[in-house]
Amino acid sequence: MKGVRVLVGTRKGAFILSSDEDRKKWDIRGPHFAGWEIYHINASPVNPDRMYASQSSGWFGQLIQRSNDAGKTWEPVGNEFTYIGEVGTHQHFDGSQQPWAFKRVWQIQPSLTDPDTVYAGVEDAALFCSSDAGLTWQELPGLRSAKGHLWQPGAGGMCLHTILLDPGNPRRIFVAISAAGAFRTDDGGQTWRPINQGLISPFELPDVTAEVGHCVHNIAMHPNRPNVLFMQKHWDVMRSDNAGNSWHEVSGNLPSDFGFPIGIHAHEPDTIYVVPIKSDSEHFPPDGKLRVYRSRTGGDQWEALTKGLPQSDCYVNVLRNALAIDSLDSCGVYFGTTGGQVYASADSGDSWMPIVRDLPPVLSVEVQTLS
Amino acid sequence: MIRIILPHHLQNLAKVDREVLLELDGEGTLKSVLDALETSYPMLRGTIRDQITQQRRPFLRFFACGRDLSLDPADSLLPSEVLSGSAPFRIVGAMAGG
Repeated sequence: MKGVRVLVGTRKGAFILSSDEDRKKWDIRGPHFAGWEIYHINASPVNPDRMYASQSSGWFGQLIQRSNDAGKTWEPVGNEFTYIGEVGTHQHFDGSQQPWAFKRVWQIQPSLTDPDTVYAGVEDAALFCSSDAGLTWQELPGLRSAKGHLWQPGAGGMCLHTILLDPGNPRRIFVAISAAGAFRTDDGGQTWRPINQGLISPFELPDVTAEVGHCVHNIAMHPNRPNVLFMQKHWDVMRSDNAGNSWHEVSGNLPSDFGFPIGIHAHEPDTIYVVPIKSDSEHFPPDGKLRVYRSRTGGDQWEALTKGLPQSDCYVNVLRNALAIDSLDSCGVYFGTTGGQVYASADSGDSWMPIVRDLPPVLSVEVQTLS
Repeated sequence: MIRIILPHHLQNLAKVDREVLLELDGEGTLKSVLDALETSYPMLRGTIRDQITQQRRPFLRFFACGRDLSLDPADSLLPSEVLSGSAPFRIVGAMAGG
């Protein structure tokens, strides 16, 4: 049966929301790992029943959970994330150099070809890989050689929050790190280079065009066009047509170009989605109106999508990993809010309905398209 | 036989009741008790002590016999009542308000 599974990570557990391709009636399962923060839950594109969840807690640290039956049962796997070699230091708030120290896993990205291979983006920023289904983790330390001594945490922590695997080139990976920028490897993770040319951060950096230090909130890539990237930066929505070698701004007529997530339509690579937030000081929608903005032109021209979304007195946020897009014929778009709502659109964003309204604050949303 | 009382989330993670019983080989130090607990319940590795530094997680405390043992050195002997099983060794999560 065709359908979708929406995987939701929250401050107090994980939820799995399932529906058929109509996406009108939903089955809601959870909370899994009740009481724990689930920064991310994601599934293998090769084996949809294989899921991984990042489970953490201020009391008990980090765990990784794995399911082989689509989330019905889970087992803890490896949670030892050891930086390789000389740990080194990065900039700290006070200007001192601070040793890298593992805090939590922000994103889990299973391989596009092997269900036992999975990547983890962590705080303090680094990329780890497991080739045994999460039992053991090895760092790809070349990333921290890409001017890591100059990276410094933003208010949300120095986290590697986005991992994009190039479906046409298994040796190419893109990552994004809060308050450090975007980075790319073309040799399977051995060496990396910053890809931040064209980013301008006049409010955040003394050198507004610095090679590293930009607060990249999220990047997105369409699998059929992996050289085109879209970015939601702290301020500014950006586009690259050369795999990140250079970027140009496509914020256009957005009411605010501050925001966190960015997504791309499954069948239209130039249709992109953002959720504008008022400002870096006020993390809620402008004018109390929750609006997703869609561009059908690859940026610059944007339209507000409001049908079914609250258009008054709405002061939630939508976090960077909390927007996802399915690949059914009528493309579905999903996002979760810090108010605990998960909204779904089964018509590319034209109209929306809440799947659930009262979950804990939503940290992440992923969607599986089932055939 | 050592009696260890775990906080709620670690009971769920280890799939055990509130109190677990452990045989202890060798000296009854704080470290050896935690080592034995993690050997019997490997899913608890990293949840009580940091995997790398072996430092107690800051929001956990170790109580026994009306005393706070959290700051004791890892190689310090536990109270005789704990080693004899007449008193439990308690791993306690810090209170969280809100």
